[in-house]
Parts: sequence; structure tokens; C-alpha cells
Amino acid sequence: MEKETKNSNLRRVAIDPVTRVEGHGKITLLLDENNRVQEARLHIVEFRGFEKFIQGRPYWEVPFFVQRLCGICPVSHHLAAAKAIDQIVGVEQLTPTAEKLRRLLHFGQVLQSHALHFFHLSSPDLLFGFGSNLAHRNIIGVIEDYPDLALKGVKLRKYGQQIIKAISGKRIHGTAAIAGGMNKALAAEERNELLADINEVLVWSQDAVTLNEKIHVTHAENHNFAAIGSHFLSMVDDQGALELYHGGLRAKSVTGETIFDQFDYRGYQKIIREEVRPWSYMKFPFLTELGKEKGWYRVGPLARVNSCDYISTPLAEEARQRFKAFADGGFVQDTLAYHWARMIEVLHCAESIHDLLNDPDIYGTDLTVKSDEKRSEGIGVIEAPRGTLFHHYIVNDEGLIEKANLIVSTTSNNQAMNESVRAVADAYIDGHEITEGLLNHLEIAVRAYDPCLSCATHALGKMPLKIELVDASGQQVDRLFKHSDGTIER
Amino acid sequence: MSQSILIDGIEVPFKSNQTIMDAALAANIYIPHLCHNPCIKPHGSCKLCTVEVNGHTTSSCTTKAEDGQKVINNSEKLNKARLTITQMLFIEGNHLCPTCEKTGNCTLQAVAYHLGMLDGHFPQFYPKREVDASHPSIMLDRDRCILCELCVRASREFDKKDVFAIAGRGDNAHLIVNSPSGKLRDSDIEQNDLAAHICPVGAILIKERGYEIPIGCRTFDLRSVTEIDLGDVKLSEKSSHHE
Ligand code: SF4
Ligand code: FES
Repeated sequence: MEKETKNSNLRRVAIDPVTRVEGHGKITLLLDENNRVQEARLHIVEFRGFEKFIQGRPYWEVPFFVQRLCGICPVSHHLAAAKAIDQIVGVEQLTPTAEKLRRLLHFGQVLQSHALHFFHLSSPDLLFGFGSNLAHRNIIGVIEDYPDLALKGVKLRKYGQQIIKAISGKRIHGTAAIAGGMNKALAAEERNELLADINEVLVWSQDAVTLNEKIHVTHAENHNFAAIGSHFLSMVDDQGALELYHGGLRAKSVTGETIFDQFDYRGYQKIIREEVRPWSYMKFPFLTELGKEKGWYRVGPLARVNSCDYISTPLAEEARQRFKAFADGGFVQDTLAYHWARMIEVLHCAESIHDLLNDPDIYGTDLTVKSDEKRSEGIGVIEAPRGTLFHHYIVNDEGLIEKANLIVSTTSNNQAMNESVRAVADAYIDGHEITEGLLNHLEIAVRAYDPCLSCATHALGKMPLKIELVDASGQQVDRLFKHSDGTIER
Repeated sequence: MSQSILIDGIEVPFKSNQTIMDAALAANIYIPHLCHNPCIKPHGSCKLCTVEVNGHTTSSCTTKAEDGQKVINNSEKLNKARLTITQMLFIEGNHLCPTCEKTGNCTLQAVAYHLGMLDGHFPQFYPKREVDASHPSIMLDRDRCILCELCVRASREFDKKDVFAIAGRGDNAHLIVNSPSGKLRDSDIEQNDLAAHICPVGAILIKERGYEIPIGCRTFDLRSVTEIDLGDVKLSEKSSHHE
């Protein structure tokens, strides 16, 4: 241990993934004089350490390094970084096969991550009700009561992982995208194996949409839960369709007006700024044009499905139209509708996977493009499962990373999550006491946005969480602690 | 008259001037090793190749084979000691296998798998070591250096250049570049030199090549370290980099 202290260097210690996920989630609720919840502060241990860590590393390692940022969506980081690195090696356009393989990989990733998010983490709350017995309100309970549904969820996730493995060599943290392309063609037998199951996957995805639609539409109490009105940021393709891999940025205001559209993401620093607040490790991004106070926005499935003009695949498009009809053609702002939008995307992924597997380009062998032009800067943006993800790198003459800036989806949703948590706390707080019921409700609100915070490597859905209540004089008046085994301590 | 030694009870012939390691490799017997490469003079620094010869421990890469020697190689006791040495090599450097370009091609990693290493056992040193990316096509990442001196010897004996050396002792030992600035840029190393390709770990790598070989197709994905005659691998790697 002595050695470690003597020689330790912050660079390495700071990103220890264990400290990142082992910490407890913490929420501070600040009351005003009338004992209303004035502000909620969700404390998130963030990824800033990673940006430091990557400094001084060679750019060609970056797409592999950054996968370690997240155990649920490593492929998103891998691809966002690869897109940035393509620019650094001067490649503008990949070969059709490489581009389609990357898309297929990404669809597989979104499919598995969304399936995990809904079936494993959130379906217990939605199926059993928020107030139901905690001991039963988990994936095991779902397996007991809805075995068919649970099985479909598990299989959907597995299918996404199977795609990832076929393309990147491993179910998690493989290698696939390299500067200017991909490192491996899809073998005919891998494609055939994937094709064999795709029709079932399409059926399960449709069922998942139907289920979520029904849950949301028929549970009036869900509509206003954690509800906030927000602007939306997402990527769309050049026709305005839902786009997860590559396109222009679109921001829509809470009232439906376009703030910007088809914006080249390489200029993201013009339209998005990040505010630092002393109480949080995580920054608060906002749309420059609207300013710090009013410019916060939401990203992710809810933003994407609301903002796009249409979805290119027919079944998902039908589902989107029903989604829009629910809000009479306007924006669905209900926070719990994140899950509904998520399943519409699952269906879109399944349909897109079906199309890509039937596209002859997918088993092409022309995988990389070379260019002699080198650039010192690369910016890659992708729609990760939880929302728009920015990777920005500046490289020195020797090819080492001089500066990195990452805006992960969770960061974009930071203010929105705080707002949702505040709304829930204000609705459910009873005097000066934090009840177990309140804690559960707060957890459900956070989980609508982000499972990373609620589980990561913890037992599924069992986020160790600490809630504290602070009155107008700054005095802590109550606190509640939920351990990862579900036990509560005051 | 042919001469032979016994390695774990197997009779292994040898020619005069061969070491125990030479004889073993020629007979396809694997003795774990890191600082040895058949095309470079042995050096005997990593101690991984330690065997028992007539009851005494010695490095097989530097010990001459002598008629009738009884050599113990694959014993539990020796492999345990080798495991400890390997663990120490891991914790003394900064080896982040999951993100290293050399993963799957790395002999240190392969030896660790071979010996059944599951953790570092000792607390990590987290040493602070310098990356030298100044050369246009070769990168030196000292984080991964295990001080085997293969590059030092390859440069001196094979490339006739003397680009590398080890400076400092004990904890402070580190690889230096013999150039006025201490940077690779100012040395006379070239991309086709053996020294640029012989590193058993990912400390010396050709720049701008990342993960071109997919997982599942890398050296030790296809063959275990015991099957691989290190010399063959290194030389074929070198020739493939010559294209
Ligand atoms: S750079 Fe590689 S070859 Fe040279 S001493 Fe270090 S580990 Fe050995
Ligand atoms: S291989 Fe013999 S001491 Fe290293």
C-alpha cells in the first residue's frame, strides 16, 4: 500500500470503474419556507476522470479505451469515438459495407440496452404498480407472474448481444470499428444465424410496443408522474427521420418550435454550453440560444421519437403515429412515456436489422478507407440508447490526445432528471419525513431516464440510494438510506 | 555420439553449445520464458525460465545443456514461482490489457493465462512512466515495459544500432533511448528494425495501427503460448510488418 500512495497518480485512480458504480446514488431535497420542495439535487459521480485519463494516449487506442466508460452501452462510446477518429485520419466517407456494419452493430446495441432497460429494470414498476410489494417488484417477480413476457425480454437482449458478438468478437468490449472503417467482415454463417431469429425478434418487439402503449395509455396516474415540460435535442437524418447513427442535430422547444435543425454536430460548441455548479461533479449543458436558465433539454428516446418527422421503417412509424396521437399531434412530455418511446425504437432497430441482414453490402469485404490527410481534431456524435452522445478529441503532432471533451447522455439529461425528481418529491412528500414510498417513487423517476445510475453492476434495479431532506435554514431534517439488498436505514 | 538431457523424464537430444532452452524449444517442449528469443543472445533476466537441474535452480536460457542432466521444468513448485514473477511484472507496470493494442498478441498476457494467473495478488505500483510518441512511425509506451531488454539486444546485435538501454536500478530501472534528446525521434531506429518488432508486450508498437486484427484472430487466440516457438512468431511478425 505504501508504494501505491508514494507512486499513485490521480490519472489512474480517478476512473477506477468500481468507485464509479459502487458509490451510492444520493439525492438532496431542498425545502422552502412553506415546506415545498424547491430544488432537488441528484448527485452523480461523473465521467470527467476519463477525459483526463485519455490525455496522452494515442488516438488509435481511443475507440477501445472509451468502451470502458459504460458496461451497458460500450458500443455507443466505441462508435462515437470511432467517428471522431475517422475525421482525425481524414476519412469522410466509409465504404458501404463498413458503414452498414457499424449501423448493424449500433442497432444491436440499442436493442439490447433498451431491452435491458425496460424488461429487466423498469417493467416490474410498471407491471406491478409503484406501491406494490418491493420484495416482488423485480425481474424475478416478473418471471414468476409473466413468464412469457420475461422470456421475450431476455431473448430480445440476447439477440442484440448476438449481433454485437458477431461483429465485434465479444458480447461486451470487443473490437470492431477502427480508424476509417471496420476490422472484420460479417461471415455468411454469422449472418444466417442472425437471420434465422429476426422474424421472432420482430414479433417480440411489436408485442413490447403494444404492452408499453397499453400501460401508458390506460394508467392515467402515470401521465403526470415526474412530468416536466422540456425542450428536446436529438439527431435526425437529412429528411428529418429518426436517426441513431449519423445525421444533423435538431432542437425543438417545449412549444414545438424549431430551435435549430440539420445542424452539423462538429460545431456543437456553438449551440451547447456546459454550466458547472459547485454541488455537482456533473456539468449542466444548455442550449446556448436559450441561456442557462431556460436552455436545459432532454435527450433519449422521448426526445427522438417526439422530434423526428417520421420513422423510416413501417411498423415503428405506425407505432410513432399512435404515440403522437396520444398527445394530439404535439409532444408527449410524460416522463414515463420514455419507456413507450424506447420500445418504438426497439421495433425500429428490429426492422432495420432485418433490412440490413438482407442487404448484400452487409457481407462485403471492402472494410476500410485510407487517406493521407491528417487532422488535429475530431468530433463524433451518435444517438446512444439514452441519448445524444458527444466525443470530441484534439490530437497533437505525435498522434497523442491533447484534450478530450465528452458529453454523455446522462449529462444532457442532468437538469431534466433534477426537475423530474423535484416534481415527484413535491407531489409525494409528507411533512418533514422521507418515507419509503417517496424513495421508491424517486427511484422510478430516475430510472425512466437512465438505468446506469440505478443499477450498473449492482443487482438489477437495486440502486443503493441515499435521500436527505434539508429545510430552508440549511438544516438536515431527515434522511433515508436504501442499501443494495433493499434494506432501509434511517 | 549423440548427447541428451532428460526434461521431466523425456529424453531430449542437444548439439554442443546449445542451452537447455535451445534443446527444449528444438524438441517442442515449452519452458515459460519472456526475455528469451532464439534469434538474440540469451540474457537471463526475467527468471521465468528457471528450471531445476540436478537439484539446483538455474535459468534454462543461459545454462548450457550437458549430457545426462536431469531437468525439472513443469513442476507445481516451479510454476508457482513463475506465477509470482508474472504477477510482479504486472503490478510493477501499468498493464491495461483490455485497452491495449497488443492484447491477444502479448506474450506476458499469454504466459499469465498459461500459468493460471487470476489477479495481480500484490498491490499495484502505478508507476509514472513516460510515453515517447516522437518518432513518426514507432511508439514507446514505457507503461508496459517489463525490462526484458530484447529491444536493447536486438538493436545492438541484429540492427547494429544500439538504440535502447536500461538505466537506473531496482524500482528506478527504466528503458532509455540513446539519442541526444532521449527521444526516439532523434535516434536512428527505423520501422523495419527488429528492435521495433521484438517487444513481447505492447511497449514498442508501430504507430497508427489499432486493432486491425479482430479479436479471435490474434496470435494467442489461435495458438497457445506453449505451441508457439517464440522465434518463429517474432520473425514472422517482423516479416509481415515489412510488406
Ligand atoms: S520495450 Fe519491450 S522489448 Fe524493450 S525492454 Fe521493454 S518490454 Fe522488453
Ligand atoms: S527467459 Fe530465461 S531468464 Fe528470461
